[in-house]
Amino acid sequence: MSTIFEQPRVEAPANYLNVDYGWKSWLFTTDHKRIALLYLFSITAFFMVGGAFAVAMRINLASPRGVFSADTYNKLFTMHGIIMVFFFLVPSIPAVLGNFLIPIMIGARDLAFPRINLLSWYIYIVGGIFALWAAFDGGVDTGWTFYAPYSTTYSNTHVILTAMGVFVAGFSSILTGLNFIVTIHKMRAPGMTWMRLPLFVWAHYATALIQVLGTPVIAITLVLLALERILHAGIFDPAVGGDPILFQHLFWFYSHPAVYIMILPGMGVMSELVTCFSRKGIFGYSFVAFSSIAIAVVGFFVWGHHLFVAGQSMYAGTVFSLLSFIVAVPSAIKVFNWTATMYRGSISFDTPMLYAFGFIGLFTIGGLTGLILATMALDVHLTDTYFVIAHFHYVMVGGMVMAYLGGIHFWFPKITGRMYPELWAKFAALVVFVGFNLTFFPQFLLGYLGMPRRYYSYPEEFQVLHVMSSAGASILGVGYVIPLIYLAWAWRKGPRAPQNPWDAKGLEWEKAPSPPPTFNFDTLPIVTEPAYNYSGEPEKEEPLAGEQRGDRHA
Amino acid sequence: MTRHIVPVRTYVSVYAVLIALTATTVAVSRIDLGEFNFIVAMTIAVIKAVLVIMFFMHVREASALTKLFAGAGFFWMAILIVFTLSDYLSRGWLPLGQWWR
Amino acid sequence: MAIATHNERLRHHFDTAEQQEESSTLGMWVFLLTEIMFFGGMFGAYTVYRNMYPDAFASTSRFMNITLGAINTVVLITSSLTMALAVRSAQLGVKRALILFLVLTLLLGCIFLGVKVVEYHEKWVDHHIPGPGFRYDDARYFRQAQILFFLYFAMTGMHALHMIIGAGLLATLIIMARRDRFSAAWHTPVEMIGLYWHFVDIVWIFLFPLLYLIGRTR
Repeated sequence: MSTIFEQPRVEAPANYLNVDYGWKSWLFTTDHKRIALLYLFSITAFFMVGGAFAVAMRINLASPRGVFSADTYNKLFTMHGIIMVFFFLVPSIPAVLGNFLIPIMIGARDLAFPRINLLSWYIYIVGGIFALWAAFDGGVDTGWTFYAPYSTTYSNTHVILTAMGVFVAGFSSILTGLNFIVTIHKMRAPGMTWMRLPLFVWAHYATALIQVLGTPVIAITLVLLALERILHAGIFDPAVGGDPILFQHLFWFYSHPAVYIMILPGMGVMSELVTCFSRKGIFGYSFVAFSSIAIAVVGFFVWGHHLFVAGQSMYAGTVFSLLSFIVAVPSAIKVFNWTATMYRGSISFDTPMLYAFGFIGLFTIGGLTGLILATMALDVHLTDTYFVIAHFHYVMVGGMVMAYLGGIHFWFPKITGRMYPELWAKFAALVVFVGFNLTFFPQFLLGYLGMPRRYYSYPEEFQVLHVMSSAGASILGVGYVIPLIYLAWAWRKGPRAPQNPWDAKGLEWEKAPSPPPTFNFDTLPIVTEPAYNYSGEPEKEEPLAGEQRGDRHA
Repeated sequence: MTRHIVPVRTYVSVYAVLIALTATTVAVSRIDLGEFNFIVAMTIAVIKAVLVIMFFMHVREASALTKLFAGAGFFWMAILIVFTLSDYLSRGWLPLGQWWR
Repeated sequence: MAIATHNERLRHHFDTAEQQEESSTLGMWVFLLTEIMFFGGMFGAYTVYRNMYPDAFASTSRFMNITLGAINTVVLITSSLTMALAVRSAQLGVKRALILFLVLTLLLGCIFLGVKVVEYHEKWVDHHIPGPGFRYDDARYFRQAQILFFLYFAMTGMHALHMIIGAGLLATLIIMARRDRFSAAWHTPVEMIGLYWHFVDIVWIFLFPLLYLIGRTR
């Protein structure tokens, strides 16, 4: 696509980046695009911190006796989990790409509550400071799940401080979700009906529902945990009549739907990438759209599959197991529809599409192994083994991080107004894919053979697989550093991007310049066609008169 | 802005009903009805909450969307409680140890 | 729809004042949704333990001061009425009535918190605060009672915290109203904080029977 680059110009027209340069214009901004960039940089920082913990873990696991002490290793995997889950994965795509794109995609000038949007970033930073403070002042060793009664009674690490960090960061997530829900309901441009919304927006609407419905429960659970740790009243302590499984119920009521917070936005990105680089409309738009909502809703009915061996009633376990199979259906619908979209499409292999291919394969493996774990009888064998670790890393890293990187590359021209070096980007995508599989596929085998998670040492027969995994992790690490370098370079020195370098559909490409001006559009758009209308055909059915209007009055 | 303004009389009548219901629930709590004490108390509480939501919080004349979101909160709280209880209430239904040996 | 009269209240990213107001209302309801779930976690824990230890529960409910609880219920319901009337005055644009009802609401809220302090003090005197100093006469239920008092304090304490925040918001509203910030055309903060206040009232409507009334006759 090198022919479409414009000649470099000396001065770009006024946009959200060059409108002001002072630090105040960033720290007090209410522009959703600038807030998205604030998130981008802070999330990248947290990703590197969480990644550093992962590197330390893999170094430790390269030899059967371990390098660090057991206590240190406990802290390493705990801090890796907490930073990656609460400070990277949960905010990653929604707070960066969602924040940047949702108003543009629906034809609005900003989110509904710009100041709350900025507030959510500050809250995130405060929560992050708590978590980092805890991490660098001795750490915490409960595992990211904070299971009681270990966390309330026995652990002598920074449990309360870390829980505070997660509690505070939760409010950031709630406010982001609240903002998205109201924005998507009330700020759509004339003609932007629900069934014309880009699927990215649908996915974020579903994510936002989980954020506002689930996050408060973990907030109050962590409050109870902290109070219990101070007072020792015994609410989660079996020694004095409390029930530790209650903590697990409350924790997973949020944390299971939260794994959908960590994958649904990635699925939204996927729908954009697959359609654009197949030059085809999405196969079965309404199925993909409503499967997002179905995942969000059904996702609240399955948390008990984390408690199969915890002492939960086996009848409840059976019900949770069956419901867990049901939640696989909408996920499968999405995978089928993306493949069907690619079928007979004219596919081009640009970098974002490479990540999309990676996503489909890896997410399928992650999702199918999830079904294995949802089967109660198998889970008794596989619980708390590396099989679980491999499963959720295939979904979280193989799914979400792939989608995140794919999305960052796809919208990089829009965000920065520059193009990145395609060859380096393709190379990095390949390195990430190879490194990822080498890291995590051996972990399926390890888990199947019985290697438990959260152990700093292991019998020698596991060493070959562990060394493979550690080697893969170093490749994966390189794969993450390369984009960091060339994207930083391209941001300053890359060739100027045209408005629509991929010839893609969607308001952000068709109506907004690269980079967009502060209020996104020079003239407010009016939407007259369905999403992904790559064939250029008119809509099959005329929308109802009421639907035509959107919620915004023209 | 063009919103219908509710007359004071409506607010005051709702208030009177709320106070009457409070008196009823306190009175009933002194009579032993067994498990029905719980049912009566919760029914009255739900009626009171619905009155506040409908009249004081203007959900009665609000859009369907507002109604949906107001209802969703209680629905999701029910999911949390019902599914958690499904575990606690079904623990030890079958004495498994004797059953399969 | 008179855009011109309240243009200065219309933020740049909205097209119309209606759209702005609808967004605020929806946003507030979504926020209340999160509040329901926040309290929902505690109601869930309460249900589990009440179901697990019904006898201990009956035993502890003897120590709840039903008179003060009932008084507080009436106080809070009355404050909901004054809040509703405050919103009504704001809709009509009557400044004096608005301030009067807001002050009344704030006053009733403070009375509620004052009564709560009396109740907490009783618990303190009886050594019913969970923790190292906890004592309970009936040795059979010592452990369970501590858990149930823990839940009592967690639930009423979180409710009281919401009341304190609400009182702060009301004070802000009173100041804003005195400075003529509200009109019949624009009074969104009054409506929003009204919704919040009624929600806090609803939480108490459930807390009162659950903590004070049920199990008294056992």
